[in-house]
Amino acid sequence: MDNFFEQHRLKRESFKEIYRKKTDLSIKISIPDHLFVKCDGCNELIYTKDLETAFYVCPQCGHYFTLTARKRIEMTIDEGTFQELDAFLLTANPLEFEGYTEKIKKYQNECDELEAFVSGIATIYNHKVAIGALDSHFMMGSMGSVVGEKVTRLVEFATKNKLPLIIYSASGGARMQEGIFSLMQMAKTSAALSRHGKAGLLYISVLTHPTTGGVAASFATLGDINIAEEGALIGFAGQRVIKQTIGQDLPVGFQTAEFQLEKGMLDMVVKRKEMKKTLVKLLHFHVGS
Amino acid sequence: MKTRTAWEQVQLARHPKRPTCHILIQTLFPDFLELHGDQHFKDDPSIVGGIASLNGIPVTVISQEKGRTTEEKIKHNFGMPHPEGYHKALRLAKQAEKFHRPVIFFIDTPGAYPGIGAEERGQANAIAQSIQSYFELETQVISVILSEGGSGGALAIGIADQVWMFENATYSILSPEGFASILYKNATLAKEAAEDMKLTSKDLLKFGMIDKIVEEPEEGLHVTYIDTFNKLKTDLEQEIILLRKIPIPELLERRYQRYRKYGQYQG
Repeated sequence: MDNFFEQHRLKRESFKEIYRKKTDLSIKISIPDHLFVKCDGCNELIYTKDLETAFYVCPQCGHYFTLTARKRIEMTIDEGTFQELDAFLLTANPLEFEGYTEKIKKYQNECDELEAFVSGIATIYNHKVAIGALDSHFMMGSMGSVVGEKVTRLVEFATKNKLPLIIYSASGGARMQEGIFSLMQMAKTSAALSRHGKAGLLYISVLTHPTTGGVAASFATLGDINIAEEGALIGFAGQRVIKQTIGQDLPVGFQTAEFQLEKGMLDMVVKRKEMKKTLVKLLHFHVGS
Repeated sequence: MKTRTAWEQVQLARHPKRPTCHILIQTLFPDFLELHGDQHFKDDPSIVGGIASLNGIPVTVISQEKGRTTEEKIKHNFGMPHPEGYHKALRLAKQAEKFHRPVIFFIDTPGAYPGIGAEERGQANAIAQSIQSYFELETQVISVILSEGGSGGALAIGIADQVWMFENATYSILSPEGFASILYKNATLAKEAAEDMKLTSKDLLKFGMIDKIVEEPEEGLHVTYIDTFNKLKTDLEQEIILLRKIPIPELLERRYQRYRKYGQYQG
């Protein structure tokens, strides 16, 4: 494990170097650095540069490409201002669940991330913020002890340093393999946010596709402002479970961002290309708070 | 305490003759006065709450009720709350805070209800806001898991200064059936899942997530419960006296630190 840790640390250091050089950060599976990329929505081939300028939304059909946590952060902040926090927390196996450690390793290799949440500080149009993003590529962005701890530490850091907080969620919910430990992360993160809120600080939660289960039922819906990205799936229970329970099909558009907006659960639904502008506006309104 | 497998405990927690919260409240609080409604949408009968006295101390009691007969089960939605149930619980807890009454939660739910109406009315938001609000509640809170502590649906009334668990109760992220279906792709492996999930009162005590196991009679609560419930009443009285000695700011700090430490990781 030590060896692995050391290897990853070196990898991360070189990664940071790349960051400083302002190179493209997308180390992603779904956005390969080929010349063309196939859209999952319409099967059309899209010129990668075009996709990039279109905020990774298909110019043909409007399909939203999945983003990594780092890409999210990069697209939100002033270039080169990100300082990562708590980068080296490593996943344990509290229930000694068979195959879990191997599964984590597999995702670590695939995603080049240690866990499903990336956090740090940065500036957005010169506003200093604490910012974090879940990565749905890493085990569905599920929340176990490490994700819960990193979210909590980010919130506590923001409270201590009187910073506004932005968290992008993308998660299937609590991580089953850590059982009750995952459930308790809902409590821990929500408690930390309570203190951030009581300190009079701004928390903007951005719910992206998908935000469900224990993440939706904790920090993702506790923003002073809850924003969803266009078309995102947002809800508590999974659609398969609901179908099984009620024994009938679900209405069209059920649990979409637009559905949640209509039902009064969100402050707004925002297109990806408008997201940064919206966040900046909100940060401006809260200057001095 | 009798040694049982996790699956045997799951069966006991769900035993059709096991008393539900209704019977627990009747036994502990003969003067319990039920209060209804969330004052926004409707009264959710899966959450039963009200005021009672505990050896002369007024307390607010909030419980999840499953019902025992078919008719009762339907009425109480098998103990699966909708958002309005959580809103009702929170309303009653805030009322308790105003009048400096301690709050006692009794948990018994398979989970929050997964249905269309529940989603339309913000099940996720309701649970998140409940969890957060109980961290801010300026009064003493004790939460007791009677039988099933099902996931976020249980945690939403489970944030407390003392968390106790009946010996044969379970507390888990998901039902063993759901866990088996997701992780083993086979719902019939629920028995194996129950063992792997570490959901028994002994597991939770070992993890430091509960403070105390409420010992049950040898055969389980469905055979006899009176002595166990009476003992619980005495314990609750004593605990409330102890908790009341702690100044509120310190109580809230302890509550925060209690949950702050949960999680296992390296580094």
